[in-house]
Formats: sequence, C-alpha cells, structure tokens
Amino acid sequence: MLEGIYSPAQASYGPIPGRVLFSIIPLLGVACFSYIVGKRIVPLLRGAADSRLDHAAVRLMRVLRFWLGQWKQPRYWVAGVLHIVIFAGFLVLAARSASLVIMGVSEHWVLPGFSGTGGHWYGIAKDYAATLVFLAVVIAAIRRLVFKPARYAVPARYGRSHTAEAILVLALIAILMVSESLFQASQAVFQQELPLLSLVWIFKNALFSAPPRLLVELHAGAYLVHELTFFAFLCFLPLGKHFHVVTSLFNVYFAKLDREALKPVKWGISDAQLEQVKSFGVTAFEDFTWKHMLDFYSCADCGRCTDQCPANSVGRPLSPRFITIKARDYAFQHYPMFGSANNGTPLIGGIYSADEIWSCTTCGACEEECPLLLEYIDKIVDLRRGMVDGGNVPQTLQKPLKALESRGNPYGKMEKKRADWTKAKDFQTSCAVSILDGKNGAETLYFVDSITSYDDRIQGIGRATAKILDHVGENFAILGAAEKDSGHDVRRFGEEMLFIALRDHNVDAIKASGVQRIVTADPHAYHALKHDYRDVPPVEHISQVIAREVKAGKLALNKVEDDSKVYTYHDPCYLGRHNRIYDDPRDVLDAIPGLQRVEMSRCRDRSFCCGGGGLMLFYEPKEDQRMGVVRVRMAAEAGANVIVTACPFCMVNIEDGIKVAGLEGKMTALDLTELVAQQITCDGPKAICGQECVRV
Amino acid sequence: MEILVCAKRVPDTSENEIELNSAGNDIQRDDLVYSINESDNYAVEEALQITGKVGGHVTVVTVGGEDDEEILRREMAMGANHGVLISDDAFNGSDGKGIATILKAFVRKGNYDLILTGVQAEDGAAQVGGMLAAMLDYPFASLVNSIEVVDGGKLTISREIEGGNREMSEIDLPCVLSIQTGINEPRYVGMRGIRQVASVPIPTPSASELEIDPATVGRPAAKVKRVDYFVPALGKGAEMLQGSREENVAKLIELVAAKGGLK
Repeated sequence: MLEGIYSPAQASYGPIPGRVLFSIIPLLGVACFSYIVGKRIVPLLRGAADSRLDHAAVRLMRVLRFWLGQWKQPRYWVAGVLHIVIFAGFLVLAARSASLVIMGVSEHWVLPGFSGTGGHWYGIAKDYAATLVFLAVVIAAIRRLVFKPARYAVPARYGRSHTAEAILVLALIAILMVSESLFQASQAVFQQELPLLSLVWIFKNALFSAPPRLLVELHAGAYLVHELTFFAFLCFLPLGKHFHVVTSLFNVYFAKLDREALKPVKWGISDAQLEQVKSFGVTAFEDFTWKHMLDFYSCADCGRCTDQCPANSVGRPLSPRFITIKARDYAFQHYPMFGSANNGTPLIGGIYSADEIWSCTTCGACEEECPLLLEYIDKIVDLRRGMVDGGNVPQTLQKPLKALESRGNPYGKMEKKRADWTKAKDFQTSCAVSILDGKNGAETLYFVDSITSYDDRIQGIGRATAKILDHVGENFAILGAAEKDSGHDVRRFGEEMLFIALRDHNVDAIKASGVQRIVTADPHAYHALKHDYRDVPPVEHISQVIAREVKAGKLALNKVEDDSKVYTYHDPCYLGRHNRIYDDPRDVLDAIPGLQRVEMSRCRDRSFCCGGGGLMLFYEPKEDQRMGVVRVRMAAEAGANVIVTACPFCMVNIEDGIKVAGLEGKMTALDLTELVAQQITCDGPKAICGQECVRV
Repeated sequence: MEILVCAKRVPDTSENEIELNSAGNDIQRDDLVYSINESDNYAVEEALQITGKVGGHVTVVTVGGEDDEEILRREMAMGANHGVLISDDAFNGSDGKGIATILKAFVRKGNYDLILTGVQAEDGAAQVGGMLAAMLDYPFASLVNSIEVVDGGKLTISREIEGGNREMSEIDLPCVLSIQTGINEPRYVGMRGIRQVASVPIPTPSASELEIDPATVGRPAAKVKRVDYFVPALGKGAEMLQGSREENVAKLIELVAAKGGLK
C-alpha cells in the first residue's frame, strides 16, 4: 500500500477520527431513512384490507421475471436498456456499497465470500458495473435535458416539470459511481491491475503522476463524498418517485395475480353483506387498499401508461400517470414528515375530477405497459363505486342504468323483444334459432347480450354467429327474454349492486337451462361470464370456436372474392389484452384463401381501444376527437381497407370512426363472424346457411 | 325549511313502447315499467339542494296504491326524509281537482313552507299544482327553473319564458312551485340506496284520517272524464335530402332559415 494511504477508518477529518465520523453518518442516515419510511407506512396501515399473501411461489416467480428480469422494460427500447443497466449495476454494487460502509469503521473487514478469487472476479464485475451505470446515467441525463421524450413532460394542469428531481437523482448516482471509482483509483495507482477502460482504470491512469499527498487526500475525500452521497440518496428515495428503488420489489411481489377479475367492493365482505357496508368504493384516500397506496409510492413516473392511454391521446381529461402521481402527492401532503396527518378529504373534486374518472374505458393499456405492475382499473372502478354510491353519476349514464334495472338492457327496450333479431325475414327460414324456454334444451348456450339483441346494425353479428354455430353442427339455443345484460360494463362503471342483480338473474337462467357450455360473440359478455360470474358452464368466444373448427377441417372457407382488399385485425381490449386471445382471430383470417392481411402498428397487447363498450357508448366525454377515428386512421396508415374486429362495440365505434374520418367507401368494418359467415363453404346436407353455396 | 314534493308514478316513456289497448280507451298496461315522473324527480333534487343549504326536511307524497310505493322509496334513497302514500279506495278515478283536494287536506295536516310539484306529469295535464295553490290560497309559480332562498320568508325564482328568456320573480312563502326539468342535475339512485330504505315504514293516511269528504274526490266527484284515447295518424314522413354533401348543407340551411331557425 502506498505510504500514507489510510483506510477511511484510520484517516482523520480535521479533528474527527474517520472511525467516529463513519460510525455517525451511517447511524444518522439509517435513522433518518427509517423515520421517513415509518411515516410513509402510516397511511398504508389506515388503508383498506387487501389479501395479497397467497401463492408465494407464483409471486416469487413473478418477482424473478418482472423485478429481477425487468421483463417489461425493453417495451420502450432505449429507456428500458438504460434502466436495465442501472438496475443490474445497482444489484452488483450492493455488496460493494455494504462493504464500503463497514470499511468506515473496520478496515480489515471483508464481506464473506469476497476474499480471494471470488473477490477478484467481483472486483472486476463491480468496476464495470460502476462504469456502465455512470455511462447510463450520463445518457439518461442527456435524454432528459436534450432530447426530452414527450412522455416525461408535465402538462401545466398537473403542476411543474419533474425534470429537476430526475436530474438530481441522476447526479447523485453519478457522484456515487465517480467517488467509488476515485476512492479505489487513488489507492491503486501503483500496484493493482484494473479492468481495462473501466472508470477506475481511467482514473488510475489520470492519477499516475499525481503527488502522493493529493492521492491521500483524494482517497479520504472520495470516501467521505461517497458516504455522504450514499446516505443522502437513501434518505431522498422515499421523498419522490425514486421510492420505487425501495418499494418495487414489494410492489411486484404483492401485485395482483388474477388481473382479469375485478377487485371486490371490499375484501372479506360477501355480496349479501354489501347493503350494510357503510361506504362503497373509494371516496377518501384511506378507502384505497394498502396495496393501491403502495402502487402510488412505487410509480417511477416513467409515463408509459399515459403514453399508451387511448383516452389521453384523444384529449380526454385522463392521465393514468397523474392518477398515481396526484394520489402520491396527496399522501405526501396529508401525511407529512412532521406533525399529524390530516386525512379523509374527498378525492373527487379534490385531486380528481369526475370527468377524469369517467373517461377511462378500462382498456387495460396502462396496466399492460407498467414495468412495476401498478393496478389502474381496480382503482378507477373503486372511485366510480364511490361516485355511484354518492349519486354522482353523469345524467347521460343515469337513463341507461335505470333501464338496465327495469328492463335488463341499457336501451329500455322490452324484454319480450330480445330475441327479435332471430326473426329477420331471410334469416329465420334458413337458420332457426331456438329459445331455451324450459321446453327446448340444448348443449350450448349462445349468450347474445344487449347490443347484439337490440341494435339494428349489430343484430347482424348475432345472425352471423348463429349461422356459424348452425353450420358447424352445434346444438345451440339462446335464452331470449330470460337473458339480461351481462352487466360487464355496469360493474366497471361502479354500479356493483345492479351488476349483482343482473348476474344473479343470468346465472339462474343459465343453470335452469341445463346447457353444458356457453359461446358468445361479445368479448364483454365473454369476460363477464368467465371472470365476473361464478358457477356457470365453461365459456368460449366465437373466435375460439371458429379457429378450432377451421383447424379441425370442419369449417372450410371460400377464397376472398375481391383481392384488392387488404384486411387488418383490430384486437378488442376484452378479447386481447384482458383475455390474451390474439391468435385465434388471426388464424381464422389467415385460413381464408387469398386474404391479404396487414398489422397496424398498435396491435395485440398494444391495441388501441376503439372508444369503449357498454355504457361508454352513452357517456359524453370531453375529448378532441374520437378514439374510433384515430383507430381507423391507424388502419389506413397500415395500408388496410377492411378492418376486421370481433366485438360489437368495436364495430359501432369503428363504423362511426370511418364516417367521421371521411373514409366512407374507402374503408369498411366487418366483424369476424360476418366475414366467416360470408366465406362459409356449404358442403353436405347442412347447406342451410341461406347463402348461395359455392364449392371450392 | 320544510318542503313537500308532490310526485307521481308514471309509465316510463323511454323504456316502454306505448300502445293502445283493444278497447281504445287507455294504453296497454301489461309489460309496462314505471318510474317517478321526470320533472317530479327534479323537484325532489331541488328540495334536497335547498335543505342541504338552509336545513330542514323533505317529504315526498303521492296519491295512489301499493305499487306507487316504489317511487317514494327511490326518492327516499335519494335523500328525502319522509315518504307518504295517501291511499284510499275512495280516491279511485279522481280528476285533477280531486287529487288537488286530497293533497290540500294533507298539506293542512302538516306544516310546510314550500310545496313543489313537477311541471307536468308525463301522462297528466299540468293542473294539480295550480289548483292546489288556489285551494290553499298560496301564491303559485309555474315552470320554475331556479330557486334561491332569500331571508325573510321569500324566494327568488326564475321562470323560462317562451323564446328562451328568463323572468325573475320574488315570491312569498309558503307557496307552491311547479318545477321545470333542467333546474338541476338529479343525483343517481343506485340499487343499494333503494335497498337501504326498503324497510323504512311509509305512512299511508286514508280519506278519513285526512278528514276528506269522500263526495269531493274519486269518480263521483270527477267532472273531467276521459272519453277517448288515440294515437294521431302520422303526418308526412321525414324528408330525405338527396344530393352531394354541399348541396344538402345548403338545402338544410335554407329549410331551417325558412322555419325561422336561423336569424
């Protein structure tokens, strides 16, 4: 060792011996950090219950994938790689940081397993880790300051820019990397072989001719700077978005496992007890569950959710990012570091506007994107439950809700007319749809749902579905007047009690019918039957049935007539993102000979919501343009002139979009069932589809 | 302030297909769904907003039978303090004046500062509010679309005048006002709210309890009798403009201007 280079414990800083100073700093740092974290935990203890302790093994696997494996990060390529470098670097440097802190009091102490060869290899790894982290931090700072990706911008209504905080943290990390490297370089000038081109190697070469006195001071100074920065950084973490450095591990571990199922109104309260519950949903901050509060703490402010949010992109007053950031700031403000908490103030009208919360279509794009697995839909629905219970529902939604209560459909149409779509003149003669009225039995129930039953345009999807089921020889029937709305969107709009009434009615009707399975062409009904209902037979979406029959060779499809058509498939949110059915509809399209298919830039799990289904059709949002119009333009951009979808609501919104975009005649929309019914080849005795039969 | 809102249960026009019965003297009533008359619902909301500001109670009253209880529960779920169902076989077949007579008797038994009705029942004649005020010798204002409580037992109200103008008036309490839809945005009543008031008792005063002379109400006293009910023949259908978008727009402007819609 160079003469005069002392370990920090042996060095003196003015009159204070290093060993004393480096005992005090960590103690103060840890005390301060613990105090802040303790204060941060207070609201969590007041939050609502949330059971997240089950399935430890599954949760650990998810930690390995989403936390350690940073699974979602590369979805945004540049930021993702930078984050992975910094994250991995932090993991590698954790051992070094721990040993550095201990080195301040005990010069001879070495972490177990870090002496000898292990230590040698670790030394190389951590030197490169520090170098790469430093580089990543510099690039990140340049991105923030020079390239300014749009998703980091803070719109004026949400307050000031977050850049200063980001840069401060990047600077702290850079200081840590530089001081650690300088600390080592100043000691290693003469004897050690250092990893080529690492930060410490560069410093060592720069210091080669430095006077010994300078090296001694640099060594001691670098250590002090590192120690102070380290604990300042630690205490700064829980004060802002970098709290995720601490909370992300827990947030991923406790993340929701069954994303498809909506959170119950209150954990541990049965449906029958709901009437007696004092308050419903979230009205005050403390009505959020502890896990949802942890979400607020864990948000890294990366802006990916809002970048993907269709509602945000058409100018609706909703930004998932700020749903979180505003709640986090609320927690910070109402549970201050000093003094008592002043909690319980209403959130709607306080930090959120009603329009903001109604603007969400629950498409799930934000949740799909979030690297930290934050939950949004449950929070939005809980906030809506609170508004519904308080009577705060837009007038445009009150009528359909009332009609759902009295008539079982949002249009207020008569129950006895629910099966009228089967009575269309040409259709009835070719494809008789029977009704499960106690006399007729069937193996399969076709659950039609309200829009397909009553909307003139959408009834065509019902008839196409029936035609296909009939063609593949399915023994199916419908519930007719006994069917009520699935309640899928009633539930997502926060009217849980009405949903329960609709669900119970349908479950009774389905059970009484004695069917063994259910098929539907409406992804919203599919989702409700599969995830919101209990004790009903297995349910499939028609696209799954068609794909299976095509694969089995039971359904042959005609060649497309017009080969100038270019098709694109629009993933409905509740078929795609929420149920992961991406391939079946595409397989069906690709099974049609001569069909030319292109993908839109936003497809599959990044599909762009058409504007929302169910009650969203009645809501009048404040927006600059319609989502459907944006989606239709995306299809045009991809070079398509036929948009195929597999959801009645998508059909409504996309057809509207085509009109509003002025693309009538140039672009058409078709449901998958309509396309298939059109292409069905009639073979054998079951030629009853009513279409002209063409043999291939 | 003690506020009484007179409400009526009517077939919901948005959720029914109204058809004539075979006798042609009434509508087909099987399969109908009912709800509170829309403007009555606005009146209850207005009453709740007033008591929310100045304190007091809101009572909702209707004249009818067992079936009519549902609208009282709905309004109680909305926040009304009391619901009263005035019910007696003697009331069957009452005309507007008969209903006003019944309500007058009920008002006399209570102590109300303000009585609100909807501007008109969807199946009614917009007559009960005015008659009730006259019988009580209270001031009356119709088509009210804003209410402000001023000190000294007065209200400032505004009424919509044909052509979109507004007239502001001061009116002494107690008074009767008929409330126009659009005066406020009524709050939503969910199923949970209705179930929570499901077992709250609803008083059902009879003719004798209200000291109503049966000869002044019901079918015998009714001087207005419905003699026919029919759906008017449809007039000429809608005119479809056929031409290019530009031509259609020009034609539409011309048509609207010709009807005085553009100035």
